[in-house]
Amino acid sequence: MATVTRRLDDISPKEPVIAPGQTYGSITDLVNDVVDQTERPPRFWLAVFGIGSLLLMLLLNAVGYLLIRGPGIWGINIPVAWGFAIINFVWWVGIGHAGTLISAILLLLRQEWRTSINRFAEAMTLFALMCAGMFPLLHVGRPWVVFFMFPIPSTTGMWPQFRSPLMWDVFAINSYMLVSAVFWYVGLLPDLATLRDRAWRRWNDAPPPERKLADRIRQIAYGMAAIGWRGSARHWHRYEMTYLLLAGLATPLVVSVHTIVSFDFAVSVLPGWHATVFPPYFVAGAIYCGFAMVLVLMIPIRKVYRLEGLVTMNHIENMAKVMLVAGLIVFYGYLMELFFAWYSGNTYERFMMQNRLTGPYWPAYWALILCNVLIPQLLWLKRVRTNLVVLFIVAIFVNIGMWLERYVIVVVSLHRDFLPTSWGAYHGTFWDWALYLGTFGLFLVNMALFLRFLPMINVFEMKHLLHSKMPQPAKGEESR
Amino acid sequence: MTAAVETSPRVYGVIAEYDDPEHLVAAARAAHEAGYRKLDAYSPFPVHGLSEALDLRRTGVPSIVLIGGLVGAAAGFGLQHFTAVINYPLNIGGRADLSWPAFIPITFEIAILCAGFAAAFGMILLNGLPRPHHPVFNADGFDRVTRDGFFLCIEAEDPKFDPESVHAFLQSTDAKSVSTVEHSYDVAQS
Repeated sequence: MATVTRRLDDISPKEPVIAPGQTYGSITDLVNDVVDQTERPPRFWLAVFGIGSLLLMLLLNAVGYLLIRGPGIWGINIPVAWGFAIINFVWWVGIGHAGTLISAILLLLRQEWRTSINRFAEAMTLFALMCAGMFPLLHVGRPWVVFFMFPIPSTTGMWPQFRSPLMWDVFAINSYMLVSAVFWYVGLLPDLATLRDRAWRRWNDAPPPERKLADRIRQIAYGMAAIGWRGSARHWHRYEMTYLLLAGLATPLVVSVHTIVSFDFAVSVLPGWHATVFPPYFVAGAIYCGFAMVLVLMIPIRKVYRLEGLVTMNHIENMAKVMLVAGLIVFYGYLMELFFAWYSGNTYERFMMQNRLTGPYWPAYWALILCNVLIPQLLWLKRVRTNLVVLFIVAIFVNIGMWLERYVIVVVSLHRDFLPTSWGAYHGTFWDWALYLGTFGLFLVNMALFLRFLPMINVFEMKHLLHSKMPQPAKGEESR
Repeated sequence: MTAAVETSPRVYGVIAEYDDPEHLVAAARAAHEAGYRKLDAYSPFPVHGLSEALDLRRTGVPSIVLIGGLVGAAAGFGLQHFTAVINYPLNIGGRADLSWPAFIPITFEIAILCAGFAAAFGMILLNGLPRPHHPVFNADGFDRVTRDGFFLCIEAEDPKFDPESVHAFLQSTDAKSVSTVEHSYDVAQS
């Protein structure tokens, strides 16, 4: 097990997980000042919030028009009944998984570099899941009767079909959303108490006319959210156990969720979907895309909020390495799909693969290979992993590539299945694109609000990490 | 115990602040060795060695999580069994009503969901939270506990509690400051 528990910063000790010179107080200020000191948010924030709000309006329009006219405004048809809605659903869920991976699996593996990115990545998980959850909901066509999918005794006298992977999905996504939210809140609890106490201190220190209403409101709001956390040793004792258990529970959960998402495809009999490699290949794809998204968000944010001392190049490089490994597993998945199609000896399987490579949608497949397989090979070079601009671009390519992957899986497999008489074609319409771009609005607005009102880095864990990194000679001399 | 409470009913305890976690752990260990039992340490992050110093052992959380997980699994499977076998069996190609392998994914998800909720809410409730106010918040400078303050409080309920001797004891542990914590905020500030 030694290799597993070896920390990444042991391998490259020159790149620390916290920059030198930080103290408990300075870490607290560095992170929390963003939330409660800045009078005006930086331009970057205003831009994100502004663009996000515009896209959010697009989303509201797309959803509103959809509810009036029905899914006919989309490009979906028979045979391609699963269009953008399912592609985007899988894409967003996959992005969400990186958050849980960083917070849970890396915690269990004692990768302490996760500490400065886990809060942020978990927030990303929640917001990505909100976006993902919208798509199946809207894809059912009549979202107001979506309660048919829940096991509620109703006048229909019927129950959901629990043998269907689509029902498994309903339970998997909802459980995942709730457990992620709880995990996130438990992690936030001590930091909410910090914000409460900072607001109280400033409100208390200021002379009476200076007492700002804003600080009072902060104190009450964060105080209620912190439910009276007081850093008691007894509380910490249970807290640490709880956090470890939640991580232990979230780890199989995240793997099971994307496995079940892949079952939506793999349990069917359609060539291109019916493959045993799907669960691991989907999970790796989710990690791949999610880490790319964390990089896309983290690279500008650490610059704007001057968090280079807490999110060091070491973090960036480690994320790039995880991305590279996940990308190679995904590549293996692509190779296996090719191999299965050939080795099955099945006419339809072979035709599906030939159609994928050379059929009407060939540009999507080869663009996916370019984005997901070829370009990320640059990550073998340390120069690329430590060059923020290049890394940012590579991460964007991976996000596009993973979207194309789902496009290929959904559209290309469906449009030509067994009977040539029932073949068809599919293209996203304006409303498909509007809904997809609109979910970026939901995501960005949520992200902007998170950056503004909550500490984006887990402050108490950073202090804990700092304590463990401090030189300890004083311990032996002074305490005894 | 009653004697201590009678001497000053308004006093919650005596609190000492330390510069760093090492001093806090040493002081907590010394206090425990000196026979104080009703005491608690407060810190901005979980300090290693503090639980041992205060002799905190079982958290009670793991058993709650286990119960939560088992109840969730039973409920998840029970739901599917009831709907698919008892209440509305559907004959699909003569396949078994109790097609249990197809029920496993949902059983698993519900089990994790219940275990996760049991862990989080179990921890919060065992900790006596939510409790927006607590006498220890009256201590001078206690807002630093979520920043860089390390505190040890010996409570008046301790059988060995005596304001004078506790003060003296805490002074002897390299404390940065030692003060009395009142039950009421107004008294503490006046």
